[in-house]
Amino acid sequence: MADLATLRKPAALSPARSRAGDRLGPKVRRNASAHGFLIGAVLCFCFFSWYPMCREVVMSFQKTKLGVTSWAGWANYERIFHDPTFWVAWRNTVEFTVLALIIGYAVPFFVAILLNELRHARGYLRCLVYLPVMLPPTSALLLFAYFYDPTYGLFNDVLRHLDLPVSQWVQSPGTGVPSMAMISVVIAATWMNMGGATLIYLAALQNIPGELYEAAELDGAGLFRKIRHVTIPQTRLILSMLLLLQIVATMQMFVEAFILTNGGAGVNNNTLSVVNLIYQYAFALSGASNYDTASALGVVLMLVLAVFSGGYLWLTRQPER
Amino acid sequence: MKGLNSRLHRRARRRQLAGITVVAALGLAAAACSSTPAATGAGGGGHVTISVDCAPPASAPQQHKEWNEDVALFEKQNPNITVNSIYENPCEVPASFTAMLDAGNEPNVFYTYFTDKNQVLDAGQAADITPYVTSTTVPTLKDIVPTALAAVTAGKTLYGLPTSNYTQGLIINRVLFKEAGLNPDDPPATWAQVEADAKAITRLGHGIYGYGDYSAGNNGGWHFSSEIDAEGGRMVNAAGTAASFDSAQGQTVLQALHTMRFVDHSMSPTQQLAWGTLQKQMAANKLGMYIAAPDDIYNVIVPQDGGNIGDYGMGPLPSTSGTPAGSLSGGNDYMFAKHDTPAQIQAGIKWLVFENLTPGQGFYNYARQKADGFPVGFPEPQLFTGATAARQQQVMDSSATVNPAYFSTFTNAHELAMGEPADAQAVYKTLDPVMLAVLTNPNANISQLLTTATSQVNQILANSG
Repeated sequence: MADLATLRKPAALSPARSRAGDRLGPKVRRNASAHGFLIGAVLCFCFFSWYPMCREVVMSFQKTKLGVTSWAGWANYERIFHDPTFWVAWRNTVEFTVLALIIGYAVPFFVAILLNELRHARGYLRCLVYLPVMLPPTSALLLFAYFYDPTYGLFNDVLRHLDLPVSQWVQSPGTGVPSMAMISVVIAATWMNMGGATLIYLAALQNIPGELYEAAELDGAGLFRKIRHVTIPQTRLILSMLLLLQIVATMQMFVEAFILTNGGAGVNNNTLSVVNLIYQYAFALSGASNYDTASALGVVLMLVLAVFSGGYLWLTRQPER
Repeated sequence: MKGLNSRLHRRARRRQLAGITVVAALGLAAAACSSTPAATGAGGGGHVTISVDCAPPASAPQQHKEWNEDVALFEKQNPNITVNSIYENPCEVPASFTAMLDAGNEPNVFYTYFTDKNQVLDAGQAADITPYVTSTTVPTLKDIVPTALAAVTAGKTLYGLPTSNYTQGLIINRVLFKEAGLNPDDPPATWAQVEADAKAITRLGHGIYGYGDYSAGNNGGWHFSSEIDAEGGRMVNAAGTAASFDSAQGQTVLQALHTMRFVDHSMSPTQQLAWGTLQKQMAANKLGMYIAAPDDIYNVIVPQDGGNIGDYGMGPLPSTSGTPAGSLSGGNDYMFAKHDTPAQIQAGIKWLVFENLTPGQGFYNYARQKADGFPVGFPEPQLFTGATAARQQQVMDSSATVNPAYFSTFTNAHELAMGEPADAQAVYKTLDPVMLAVLTNPNANISQLLTTATSQVNQILANSG
């Protein structure tokens, strides 16, 4: 009984703890609302980002059979590495990324330069360039699916009127690099997404002091030398950040090829991407255990992108001043 | 100063409150997102509520109305049961179906294809209903086609009740046949006849093509299976351990399709088509023939795509001999969720018997279908044998609005139902690219395509064993 009474008695705080508590108390009270908001964001990240990522890693080492989940060791990883479509998917993904860099990275930059040079109707043209971004991706891609239709599509209609040979566009069977099917996907993706990048470039261009261009002109620089010696160095930070974001985004290409090929992967898998292969493992092939194989491929993709991003940031880090 | 302090204090308290509210709201949202069974079980007074999916949505007004009438009548006859209908079309989308099984939040009575059994069992989401199914609870049990019951049985355990069973044939557009100078009462039966008729129909011009087939959404592989069955081949061996479509029969089917596409140009250059597209072309009188089960006409082409019921007929599946060696047979069923209570399982069985397993009522209320202007008289679903099949035929004949002669060559072929291959959806998925290559690549190497697909399917079968 004596022990119980002791337990019920409020514990006396040591002077040191009491002082720390005194200091902590008002601080916590003062920042309670900030912590409240922070907890919300942290919970969101926990539930919707970090927990799924951790779960993915765990699942990649598991298998589920007859409702029973057990450890599978490296079996899921062995399965994906032995799947011939694994390497096809990586080749296609790299092909898409490179094509998207050549077309999708350069085009918005030059469009931004053009818009920056214009004196009239700049606002209208900016709206026009940004308009496709406001279309839901599925609608934009269904629109392109109609454009690309080999029988009734707009593009082949135009080619026929010009007496030029028509194309099968996304349904082209070629698997060479670059394939017509993949070029078609990149064109649609660029049209859909270039508005956002163009506006960011434009904002960066407008921050370049005019004196630099005036000085360059006095030194006799033409348009291309101004771009090379003034525009590119002055927007280097933005260019470098957008390059990283674009590569990470294009390596995760899914919806573009998925919709344009009606849920498939193109003729001879020529538009199959890594994320599409993850989708196929998880949903298109039967068997609940395929979630585990899909998780293994997801982990591989995450590691590749993490290593690439880390390497890229290290290579492009600013020198210490 | 005091006033300012007080205002700042009040503002701080408001912020604190706002912060707490945000956290509370997130907590509630997280709680709401947690998985819970889709419906309540037996409540007070023995009342039971069951959720049932695949109810026809309002976009199919006639079927929607009839379903709701049936639910009302059933609830009146069984006042202790409430049916919560989940309206959806299509009834199953593989991606969301897989996610649903993984989350374990399927409805109490949920729709599956025959090919889904292994996936549902692997996920551990089907309840054992064996003790609840007897000739008393399901009076037509002994007359259900054995292959359909086998599709919901594993070992000696019953996991569901079949509600549909089909074989496939060749749907023809009678209008285009007449315009092309062909006899629609004598649909083609051999691949050579199909090719000749398709060429004649394509010559009509105006974007009309003689023949169509799928090559996306697992439907390409599905049709290839049916076509190879008709030729006398099989997709996988009897043990379900190895692919067997790299055969003379497989070559024949793909060569016929390739010839129609690139030699005869009687198939459209637009390919990569999935289920739902050919039906629209047929309803718009732009397509002469394609392979399907009869329900494509009465469930899709006529009610959804606006086709005229008298414009379509059916022949047997094409084959080299003209007599199909068999047909892929498939169908769908309802299974019961693992989390169902015994009362919910019993109520679900009662509902299925009322709606799907008794000629003359529910789905088989042909008199009502006729009154609603719904076409009646198709040779489907082939779910029963014996006395129940005879009873179904009798009630159907008494309300038939369809000319049976238009379907006579299909029904007279008595195609042998072959069932679906092991790991069917994965096999179909693997064959989609083969169909797509044959229909889009003029230089497609059929042997090479079949060899590659064979090794892929062998790997799938090895992994699923």
